[in-house]
Amino acid sequence: MDREATTIEIDLLLEAIFRKYGYDFRDYARASLKRRLRHRMSQEKIQSYSEMQHNLLYNTAFFDRLLESLSVSVTEMFRDPNVYRILRESVIPILNKRPLLKVWHAGCCTGEEVYSMAILLHEADLLNRTQIYATDFNQKSLNSAKKSCFHKSKIRNFSENYQHSGGTNSLLDYVTMQGDYAYIADSLKTQILFTDHNLATDWAFGEMDLIFCRNVLIYFNKTLQSRVVKLFQESLAPAGFICLGHKETLEFLDSEDKFKEIESNSRIYKVKQYQVNQ
Amino acid sequence: MNQSLTHLPEEASESPCAKVVLIGVSTGGLKALCAILPALPADFPWPVLIVQHQHPDADDYLAQLLNEQCQIKIKQSDEKERIRPGTGYLAPANYHLLLEEDLTLSLSLDPPVNFSRPAVDVLFESAVDAMGQNCIGIILTGANKDGAKGLAEINHAGGTTVVQNPAQAVATAMPLAAMALITPDHILNLQEIGSWLVEHAKTHKEEI
Repeated sequence: MDREATTIEIDLLLEAIFRKYGYDFRDYARASLKRRLRHRMSQEKIQSYSEMQHNLLYNTAFFDRLLESLSVSVTEMFRDPNVYRILRESVIPILNKRPLLKVWHAGCCTGEEVYSMAILLHEADLLNRTQIYATDFNQKSLNSAKKSCFHKSKIRNFSENYQHSGGTNSLLDYVTMQGDYAYIADSLKTQILFTDHNLATDWAFGEMDLIFCRNVLIYFNKTLQSRVVKLFQESLAPAGFICLGHKETLEFLDSEDKFKEIESNSRIYKVKQYQVNQ
Repeated sequence: MNQSLTHLPEEASESPCAKVVLIGVSTGGLKALCAILPALPADFPWPVLIVQHQHPDADDYLAQLLNEQCQIKIKQSDEKERIRPGTGYLAPANYHLLLEEDLTLSLSLDPPVNFSRPAVDVLFESAVDAMGQNCIGIILTGANKDGAKGLAEINHAGGTTVVQNPAQAVATAMPLAAMALITPDHILNLQEIGSWLVEHAKTHKEEI
């Protein structure tokens, strides 16, 4: 196989997606992106990236299916419970001193972690003075997030995560069962605004006290990672926090000296403050 | 001749990785890795990328344990890390490990492949994209079929393929699945693989 030719084909395919539909995958990490493209190719019984490019340019339904393949949708409530424990113990007490709070879940997927955070804020009696923005570029994920339900088969895993995060109630206190699905209580949803936002192409988003962006940056190359971290810097309130995924770090990026990890390996970073009177 | 070297960015050319060693292992993996990796000298010229199936909640204990026993450095893979000679990189639990064309590592949370995350196939297939014929793929003991497809791709790309002798494997399914798809270049006992790698590296050096 001519690897150089394949690289050109993929470059052109991503350029076509960007110019025709505005979704920018050009600075995504290539290896996993390629796997997804290939998966779609085999599903569609297509032989080459060039054929795929032709199809996506002239067939919107084809592109919709491709977009689904390119979007990650793996998430769970209280994923990495230890992170939520640290949020409870070390971050929420600081946020509690602020009169009004803004939290941004960037790349919120189907919303499981958004509702987890809402539960945390509720338990700290903070939810009613918090505005949560939950954004994703995938409209299907957002619609699913707004529905706020999950299959009963996930309850056990989610409940265990909740307990390990230091939760003292039962996760079932926050859901209503209807058939095979558990629906998140309405009271947790009033402060959440789900909206379309693309980290690769859109800009900053208000003065956030806490930005969640977990397991999104791993899909980007360094160029796009730097862009997104800069975007977060511009979106953060003074002394704001960023919470990344378990294997994500600001270490390799230019922004490292502007943030301090609040606890080793917590992946929760606080903006360093240089002003004397803060 | 060595086509992949022409694509390397300048930064990497200071310590070129002419080849990459890829190991896929599951059931019985700790013992198998302990039989191979300590045989590699500290100046082993190639990076070693390893997928060992683990419990999703496993920490980096395996990397620490192997690091204590090996002359090469063994670590858990970090995102965007550039691979270096004489270093072993283990896939973190619950993440796929992939090799990018610029010879950095990337991780993904895409769904499990062959019921596995990390999956051997995911690593091997990405490595073929990045290094082509310069991949050395090794399939060891394991109770599923993960890695067979990836090893076949290494074979098709002109890379070198090694399978642990199934007669000696704790679990035979993984070696047998690989051998059902291709005839590997070498079928070796565990104890032979480390010294084979060292010899192979020497031969390669002399050829250059």
